[in-house]
Amino acid sequence: MIHVEDKKFVVPGEILAEDDFYPGRGTFKEGDIICSSLMGLVSLRNNKISVIPLKSKYVPKKGDVVIGKIDDIRFSMWGVNINSPYSGILPASEVFGREKKELSRVFRIGDVLFLRVVDVDEVKKVKLGLKGRGMGKFRKGILVDITPTKVPRLIGKKGSMINMIKDKTRCKIVVGQNGLVWVKGDVDMEQITKNIIHLIEAEAHTSGLTNRIRDKLYLLIDGELPKDLETDESKFDENQLNDENNSNNLNNDSNFDNSFEANEDELEKPKLENFKDIL
Amino acid sequence: MNIIPEITKQSITNLINNNERGDGRAVDEYREIVIETDFVSKAEGSARVTLGNTQIIVGTKPQIGEPFSDTPNVGVLMTNSEMLPIADPKFEPGPPSESSVELARVVDRCVRESQMVDLEKLCIEEGKKVWMIFIDLHIIDYDGNLFDAAMLGVMAALMNTKIPVAEYKNDEIVIDEEATIDLPLKDKATMCTFVKIGDKIVLDPSLDEESILDARLSIGITESGNICAMQKGGDGSLSKEEILDVVKTAYSKKDELMKHFN
Repeated sequence: MIHVEDKKFVVPGEILAEDDFYPGRGTFKEGDIICSSLMGLVSLRNNKISVIPLKSKYVPKKGDVVIGKIDDIRFSMWGVNINSPYSGILPASEVFGREKKELSRVFRIGDVLFLRVVDVDEVKKVKLGLKGRGMGKFRKGILVDITPTKVPRLIGKKGSMINMIKDKTRCKIVVGQNGLVWVKGDVDMEQITKNIIHLIEAEAHTSGLTNRIRDKLYLLIDGELPKDLETDESKFDENQLNDENNSNNLNNDSNFDNSFEANEDELEKPKLENFKDIL
Repeated sequence: MNIIPEITKQSITNLINNNERGDGRAVDEYREIVIETDFVSKAEGSARVTLGNTQIIVGTKPQIGEPFSDTPNVGVLMTNSEMLPIADPKFEPGPPSESSVELARVVDRCVRESQMVDLEKLCIEEGKKVWMIFIDLHIIDYDGNLFDAAMLGVMAALMNTKIPVAEYKNDEIVIDEEATIDLPLKDKATMCTFVKIGDKIVLDPSLDEESILDARLSIGITESGNICAMQKGGDGSLSKEEILDVVKTAYSKKDELMKHFN
C-alpha cells in the first residue's frame, strides 16, 4: 500500500508505503513501513521508493569528477577543499610521477582544479588525481556553487540542458559532481550563465524547465524569442507532451523532464585542451 | 581558514573595475532590506533585519541596576553580539571572536555617540537605581555587511522598545508592568559600510567582496546629520579624497535607509 504520490514533498519520518515496495535512497524501513529519512521529493521507480533531498552536501565517491580548491600544501601532497565535509588530498606522485619537485611551483593555495576522485577509504580520506582528459588547473572564469543534488538536472538528459546553455552563451562550462560549476566566456555571458544556473537550481523540480530556460536564454541574450521557435520546439516535443501529462496527473510515472537521476555517465566530459600544458 | 580561489578574486575585481558587481547591483546600491519589528515576544523591543541574505535578530532588554559612580544620573547602555555557528562555517561556538567584539563595539559607539537614547530619562533615583538597556545582536545568517544590517536592526529595536514605568518609594522600586512608556529617543542613526577592492570602492559588500577587501570603512550618520561613528578595517589604506567621497555617498544614502524606520 502506498501513501504518497510521485514528486510529493515529504519530511523525515513521513510514512511513504507499506509492503510491496523496496526502500531506496533517503528512506528507511521500520517493520513493514517505509519512511522518509530526508526532506525532499518522493521518487517512484517501479516498486522502488526513494526520496531525493532538496539540498545536500557532497559525499565523495570513487570515480567522480569534482572541482576543488587548493587550501594547503604539505610535504608530498596538496590539501584540496572539495566543497564537502571531507577534504581531499592530491598526492604529489599523481602530478609528478616519481620525480621530486617543489609543490608550490605547480599549484598554489587558492588555485582551482578539475580533479577525479581516485579513491575514498573507510575513514573517508579522499584521494584525488589529475589523470584523465581535461583535468588540471582552471585559469580565469568564475565559479558557481549549486547543491550537488541538482547537478544531474543542470546537465539534463544526455546533456541537453548544459549543451543548450553552452551553445547560446558560447561559454565553456565544466560541472563538478560536488556542485561546483566553472564558467568561462565573455564577462557578460559569464554573469548570464551564472544567473541561469541559479535559476535551474531553484526550479529543478518543476516541469517544462528546459523550455523555460531556453526562452529565458533567448530573451537575455537576443532580447527576443526567435521566429522559428516552432521548428526548434520539435526536439522538445517529448518533454512538452510530458508536461501536459504531469499537470493533468501527478501520479504519472514518466519523468522525462524532471528526472533527478540522470545517469552519471552522462556527466559532462570536459574538452579543455589547454590545461595539460601547465606542468 | 577561508581561502578565496584566485579566479574568484580575479572575476570580482574585474567586475568592480567595470563598475559592475556579481549580483548585478550598482557600486553604490544596497541589497534588499526588510525589517520586521516586535519579532521576539519575550523582549521589550526587537527586530529582525534581512539585508540580502544577511540576517540578524536584535533584542533589547531593560533591567534595573545601579548607575556608575561617575555618572549617577544616567542610565546604562550595553551592546553584545553573538555570531551563531549556523550563520557561517567560520563562526565557532565559545568566547566571542574578534569580529564579534568589533561589531558590538561599533554598533555601541554609533548608539552612544549619536546620543539618540536620552539616558538621563532612564534614571529612576539618582545614584541608586537606573534602567540598564541591554542590546543583543544575534547573527542568524552571514552574507557580508553585518555592520549596516546590525545598525538598522538596533535602531528598529530601540524604536520598538517599551520600558515599564518604575518608581522609587521608600528605598524600594515599584514597577508597574501594565503601564509602559516608549524608550526616550532623541535621534536616529544609520550606518554605511564601504569596502575598497583594488582602486574601487563599493557600498554594502557581499560575503565574497568582504573576503577579498583591501580596506573597509563604516560611517554612522545621525538623522540630524552628524557623523557619530567611524570604523576602518582591512590592511589597505584610504586616501583623503576617497574618505571624503565615501562620506558624501553615506550622506546621500542616509534618507534611503531612514525610510525603513517608518
